[in-house]
Amino acid sequence: MPVSFRFDPVQLPPEAVALREEVRAFLREEIAQGSFSPLGTGRESSWSPEFSRKVAARGWIGMTFPKEYGGHGRTHLERYVMIEEMLAHRAPISFHWVADRQSGPVILKYGHEEVRRDIIPRIMRGEASFAIGLSEPNSGSDVFAASVKATPAPRGNRDGWLLNGTKIWTSNAHRATHMIGLFRTSPPTKENRRFGLTQFVVDMTTPGISTRPIINLAGRHEFNEVLFQDAFIPAVNMIGERDMSYATATAELAYERAGPDRFLETISVLNELVRSAGPEPGERLAEGIGREIAHLKTLRRMSLSVAAMLQAGKTPAVEAAVVKDLGTNWEQALPGRARGLLPPAEGDESYAAVMRFNTLIAPKLTIQGGTREVLRGIIARGLGLR
Amino acid sequence: MSDSSGGSNIVVETTQRILRDRCTPALVNEAERGEFPAALWETLEESGLTLAWVPDEFGGAGAEIADGFGALRAAGEHALPLPLAETMMAGFLLARAGIACPAGPMTVAPVHAADAVQVGADGTLQGSARLVPFARWAGHLAVPARRGGEACVALVALADCAVKPGQSLAGEPRDGVVLHGVRPLELAAAPGLDADALGVLGAAVRAVQMAGGLERTLNMALEHAVTRVQFGRPIGGFQVIQHALAQFAGESAAAGAAADAAAEAIAAGAALTDAEVVAEVAAAKIRVGEAAGVGAAIAHQVHGAMGFTYELSLHQVTRRLWTWRDEFGGEAAWSIRLGGIAARAGADALWPLVTGTH
Repeated sequence: MPVSFRFDPVQLPPEAVALREEVRAFLREEIAQGSFSPLGTGRESSWSPEFSRKVAARGWIGMTFPKEYGGHGRTHLERYVMIEEMLAHRAPISFHWVADRQSGPVILKYGHEEVRRDIIPRIMRGEASFAIGLSEPNSGSDVFAASVKATPAPRGNRDGWLLNGTKIWTSNAHRATHMIGLFRTSPPTKENRRFGLTQFVVDMTTPGISTRPIINLAGRHEFNEVLFQDAFIPAVNMIGERDMSYATATAELAYERAGPDRFLETISVLNELVRSAGPEPGERLAEGIGREIAHLKTLRRMSLSVAAMLQAGKTPAVEAAVVKDLGTNWEQALPGRARGLLPPAEGDESYAAVMRFNTLIAPKLTIQGGTREVLRGIIARGLGLR
Repeated sequence: MSDSSGGSNIVVETTQRILRDRCTPALVNEAERGEFPAALWETLEESGLTLAWVPDEFGGAGAEIADGFGALRAAGEHALPLPLAETMMAGFLLARAGIACPAGPMTVAPVHAADAVQVGADGTLQGSARLVPFARWAGHLAVPARRGGEACVALVALADCAVKPGQSLAGEPRDGVVLHGVRPLELAAAPGLDADALGVLGAAVRAVQMAGGLERTLNMALEHAVTRVQFGRPIGGFQVIQHALAQFAGESAAAGAAADAAAEAIAAGAALTDAEVVAEVAAAKIRVGEAAGVGAAIAHQVHGAMGFTYELSLHQVTRRLWTWRDEFGGEAAWSIRLGGIAARAGADALWPLVTGTH
């Protein structure tokens, strides 16, 4: 039986093309006002509640959320165009990024009505930000080995759960307002080692939750250790069914893995390489630049195709893994290839700055959100080899 | 996930059906021995595929450009050893130059940028072309030729030319054609249809053929991985093989997407040398060519010694991939051109170049 992954062509609707111009104009204006630098190398620049509120005011957070919950009811293709413009210009969107990309959609799909009514409007206003609580000291790529406990514990007349244990490598846990975390609610069964885990929406101001910084090799504080000590979570904060998160987690991954964030993180290297190369580069330099553009155009096309699959109501988890594998390998190798083509010269500050920054962050790109090795396993399963 | 053999329209379905039944490994080997597969050619011609890109009024089938590319992807999948792509391209050029298309196999030249052809003051052609696909099996050649500063398309009878046999890595005819002093059967001014335009069309065609060929080799490798038992289990059960095939699947999918982009850009109807068309086709030829390199290597590694034999038909596809990679401009040439376009446009125009207008 022949198999292949299909990334069908997508024609962007006129409203998406018009939106692109609107977003570009907004970003040009913000850059001109000094609201952020398109080099994307500022120390804490990507986390900006202030910028997120401006984006929210434009209606660009929760674009695809249904109108019923105050969402804008726009298409995944429109959202795609908006986010690729934000990412390509290195706009500081970390504050609302996770909420808009996956936490919001997951809460809308599997969350309790009361939680939806509470959180979705806050996401849309640029007031709620999310961390992803998956990894633990003994559970990294092996997500379903998670052991942080959630124990049923009614408090007064409220049903709820007590959280106990430690999450680790949790990006932005020290500054996010919320987390969607994966917790152990039952032991795994012999038949299904993925059984027994449940996701909850966690308010990070809950008593009993504390974070400890873990500084990364670029000298930045994004990672955290998150300690739960009898932290009480209302029962309505449960996402989906108890013990059954393995069934719903896959849907989340399709949102998480195929977006343009999976190949645009080091894009400023290419921008500045072209700038430093000037209008008449030699053949060798031109060839190198041309190759990178060919990869980038193709990745973008595949990613856009996945957005169209999401719009059509599909769950393209394997296709998303293909895009993330190709995209992160490419963006990771980009600084190294740029160095081979044109080492930053003395005085070429912008190019040197993006090279320094992106060389340092490159190792994380094929780890965060599912390692290359995990992704290839998922793809192999999709090919019928597992 | 989809069944790759499933076409979505009648042109592609017809091609798939004909080639699945008729373009067997034995036929491909016979063609390599020099036997022109005349019966299969006639079937393709009767179905209208060979002149798919020629409108009715010029004697063609008037199919959509996109459907023609779909048929060529199938031809790539099946390692079709016939000048279907070349005849379609010749028809494309001739019809747009207002020249009626003759029947029978045709080909195009030049395939390589350095081979320029001129029209002399006496109306005969000057120049020659190397590595012309299937020239010895074709009756006619469509060639962009310059008459002074004017772009023209010439229809040439190959019987009027000296043809020097050569062959591709896949053992297909790639012949030298001496055009010097040859009087074309027809010659028409064709603004915009110069050798560069043919280069763009040819690059898109080869990218699409390679995407088809890659998908085929991926499926052959997968099939082999689940049936070949070593160390007590199918080799596809080993993680290292799984990861190699996963990487291959990614390359094949990227090739498919890039080739679609090139086909789509040409089907949209702008001039072949339009900046956006050139950028899409360049990106496709580069990306698909790289994928062909990686994919063919993994296909062979997974097949082991068996895949290195003439007996197994894997080589029928991989040797074509290596051939097509070089034709109508290899990755280096297209990369230099695309990089040059980006450099001239400047860093602030880079992202708009990536997104295009859609």
